Order: sequence, then C-alpha cells, then structure tokens
Amino acid sequence: MATILTFAEVRDGKVRRASLEAVSEARRLAGPLGATVQSVLIGQGVAPLAAEVASYGADRVHVFDDAELANYATESFARALAQVITQEKPAVVLVPYTAMGKDVAPRVAARVGAGLVSDVVKLEVKDGRLEARRPVYAGKALATVRWEGEPQMATLRPNVFALGAPDAARKFETVTGTADVSTRRARVQSVQAAGGGKVELTEAQIIVSGGRGLKGPENFHLVEELAAALGAAVGASRAVVDAGWVDHQMQVGQTGKTVSPTLYVAAGISGAIQHLAGMSSSKVIVAINKDADAPIFKVADYGIVGDVFEVLPKLTAAAKELRSRH
Amino acid sequence: MKIVVAVKQVPDTETKVTIRPDGRSVDESSITWIVNPYDEFAVEEALKIKEARGEGEVVVVTVGPARAATALRTCLAMGADRGVHLSDPAFENSDSLGLATILAAAIKPIGADLVFAGQYAVGTDNRQVGVMLAELLEMPHVSVVTKLELTAGGLSAHREIEGGHEIVESPLPCVITAQKGLNEPRYASLKGIMAAKKKTVETRDAAALGLKPEDVKPKTKVVSLELPASRPGVKMIPGDSDTQVKELLRLLHEEAKVL
Repeated sequence: MATILTFAEVRDGKVRRASLEAVSEARRLAGPLGATVQSVLIGQGVAPLAAEVASYGADRVHVFDDAELANYATESFARALAQVITQEKPAVVLVPYTAMGKDVAPRVAARVGAGLVSDVVKLEVKDGRLEARRPVYAGKALATVRWEGEPQMATLRPNVFALGAPDAARKFETVTGTADVSTRRARVQSVQAAGGGKVELTEAQIIVSGGRGLKGPENFHLVEELAAALGAAVGASRAVVDAGWVDHQMQVGQTGKTVSPTLYVAAGISGAIQHLAGMSSSKVIVAINKDADAPIFKVADYGIVGDVFEVLPKLTAAAKELRSRH
Repeated sequence: MKIVVAVKQVPDTETKVTIRPDGRSVDESSITWIVNPYDEFAVEEALKIKEARGEGEVVVVTVGPARAATALRTCLAMGADRGVHLSDPAFENSDSLGLATILAAAIKPIGADLVFAGQYAVGTDNRQVGVMLAELLEMPHVSVVTKLELTAGGLSAHREIEGGHEIVESPLPCVITAQKGLNEPRYASLKGIMAAKKKTVETRDAAALGLKPEDVKPKTKVVSLELPASRPGVKMIPGDSDTQVKELLRLLHEEAKVL
C-alpha cells in the first residue's frame, strides 16, 4: 500500500496549524491514492503530540524525541526526515511551507533525489499521480505542475488547505526513531521574538496594510490601531518599507510576503503590480484610497474613496464596537 | 578567502505576465531582465566581506541562456572579480534540483569558503536552489539571512523566521541565502562598469562540467500556466466617511461574513 508522509512541525511545544492542515490534506488524498498516512514529529518532548497529529488522520507517527533536537538544526531534521523516507518509500511527502519547511524540505529533497514543488495551493489526484497548483510570479500566474518519479514532494501554503475534523478515538501506532545528530554543523543558538504577541503575516486571518497615503511613519499608528481592533497582522507596501517607515518583515508583495488572509484591508496603498501580486489571492479585499483611479480598486471587493486620516480612526472605533457586541 | 555567489537573471518585478500560446510558458518578448533582487544582497555581502578582509576573490556563477551573461556583467560592475556562465541547451528546462546540480558541479572544484545565493529567485518563486546547493556541496547552510558576522570559528547569522529571528552559528565552508535587510546593495559606478569589461567570464557547458543529460533531467514539470481568475469587481461605498465606515462594516459582517 502506498504511503503519504507529512512533516509535523512543532513550535513552542505545539503542533503548528499548518502541519495539521498538511495531515488533513494527506488524509483527503489517501482515499483516491489508496494510501496510508504517516507523519514525522521531531523535537524535544514531542512524543505526547503524536495523538493530536493522528487525530487529524495519521495512521503511523514517527517520533524523534531527543534533547539534542530541542533547537531546530536543518541537518539533523533533514537527516531524520530522509531516514524515514528511505525506510517507508512514500509516494508523496507533504511539508508545510513555513520558515522551517522552506528550510528543511529542499535539503531533504536533494538528499533523497526527490522533485519538490513549493508553495502549493491545490493538490489533485489524476491517474494515480499528483497534480499541484502553485502561484508563480508572486501570484501573477498559476502553474500546474507534475512530478516524474517518486516521492512526489510538496510544500503546502499555510491557511489554504482546510483542517479536517479531528477524531480523538482514531487508532494509530507510534514508531520511535533515533536521529543521528553527530554532524550537525549549523546550529540555532537562540531565538529572538520580534515583539510581543504580533500576528505573523503569512498566517494571519486578517491583515491591515498601510502605504504612502499615510504620508509619514508618524502616522502609521493609524494602521496599527485598526489592526489591533480587528485582531489583525500589520502589513506595508514596498514604498514605505524602502522609505524606512517600517521593518521589511512587514512588506507584502513580490519582494516581500505573499499572503492569502480572509480579509485584507489596504489603506493608502495605490496598488503597484508587485503589491497586487502578493495579496490578490486574499478572500475579501477592502481598499481605502483618496484616488478613485488607484489600481488597488481593480482587485478590491469593497472600496472607499476617502481620506485615510479621517476613515481609519472612525473604522477603528466602529470595529472595536462591533467586536465588543459579538 | 574564496567567495562564490550564485545569481540568476529574472524578469523585473514590475513585469506584466503574458502567457504564450503553448499555455505552459511566459512570453519573454517584452520582459526587462534584471539580476534577481535577493542576489544583489548576496553579491553586496560577498563584496563587503572581501573589502573588510582586504583579500580574497568573489566569483559570480549563473545558469542560463546567452542573455544571462548580462547579469554576470552587472555583478562584475558592482565589484565581483570574475564570472562563470553555465550554459547548455540541456539546462533549459531544469527544475530546482537540476539547477542546484549544475551549480554544484561548477562550484565544487573552486573550493569556496563561503557560498552565497539569494533566498529565492523572483518569478519561479521556488526557494529551493540555495539550500539544495548546500546539500549537494555537503556544506551546512543558513537560509533567509538578514545579518551576518564572521567569527573566529566560522560565522554567526540572523535567520528570519515567523515573528522573529534565529541566531545561527556555523563553521565554514557554509552556504548563506540572502534576505532583504542584510545590506544596501551598491550601484555599479561608471568606473566599475568600465572595469567589468576587462574581467573574465568563462562559459561552460554540460560536458565541461562532467554532467550527463540524466544528471539534470527534471523531476518536476510545469504542464500548464494560466492567469489567475479575475476578481469579482469592486463595490464602491458612497457617502460621507461616517456612512462609508458604517456600511463597510455592515457588508463585511453580513454580506462577506468575514467579521
């Protein structure tokens, strides 16, 4: 029987949502592929998390639980994953397209000689093989990609694949793996958080972004306040990042982050082609701009022609009120 | 110190994408080609390290058709010492693993202490080649680096992750993939552009690299390419700002159901 293998990433003692999305997708593909689902958990103290991974659809969970694996190290993690791939010969390997997934998956693919398709937003089974859809040119086009040979390895964009319904009673088996950590050269010494409780752009359900229409960094708090009222992450256009108003980690667009939130609010952003590329796959887009001809309105669902200095504070106050009622 | 920078020529980020009648590839006729923006950070960092040490060599390497030589000249004009252009009809449909295999074949004999690449090449957006190259060169790597320091034992790097940074230490040789924020790439000066004309660019094909067609046979293939579905169109909200805000929240709550 064929196998679909997923990498279950753990951060701060929790299985990341994107990893559970990958297991859920593996479970959906298992039917048409006639496959079983296996997952790999790597870290320190991760063994108790196997049940949660299994509840989303894994039949077998490989656990590498070792104090030496407490901090992420690409080489040790890649070796553990490659070891399971060599052993189980999966037809499909799914890894979340997170910072860790982007770092470890290419290393594993090169190690086992697998074709890797990145940032996949849709998977389908055709004639017993996988077919993947992925944005290219930061979303200006969509490519359909197929693999030659196996394993067919893919990284999955977070927030796109639906979570399955967990079944706590699901039967699964645990396999204890031993990782070879002897030649781990690059090591994470410490992790620095960028700032308290900030929502990460690529995982956010709601994003509020600001652009040049805010006129200066001293006014960017208007965007941050609306984001806080909506429980949203804060983004920015390339123009204001290049002008040094905000950190580049907040940039949405072709040389920044590509995002697909449920709601994207663009405030004072005219909509350069490279910005639109990074956000036009959002479910609902709101644009607020004083120029009725701004290109951002071409991708928006709801548009307000108006002054951001007037609209944003009012929207913040009204959003707070709405949230307090619900 | 020997530093190699892998670069790629890519379409300008302001390029409008048009798909060719084959339904599988992008029409290149109206594309302005540039050095991948992330590779510029990589070249700049390599040059800074060489300048700070007062010794060393910076070699830029690319895989691509004849036009890609322009990208190497741009890097030479920034200050790199020499270029290696890997070009062969057999390389044309390479996937990431193929590109990494070609680059590794060229870079391995150089004996680099440091190898740089951009964190990804805009356009194909795969984010694979730099890391695969590290595996094939049997070197450690640090990807998505925003700060780099050479230390007595090797290097210390800030690697961008969700909501923060990892501080990673590694011995040399090591592969680094560059992220925006690492530095401010210099512009090529007129003097640099003139000097670049005298620098060597060596062209090598598959045979010169000792590669057989099966070594670079793609394991992934784009079977079709299409433009994204157009958005449903905008509903403009009229009225004064109070009316607009009230109506917007009503629509988001009741119609779009996202709040």
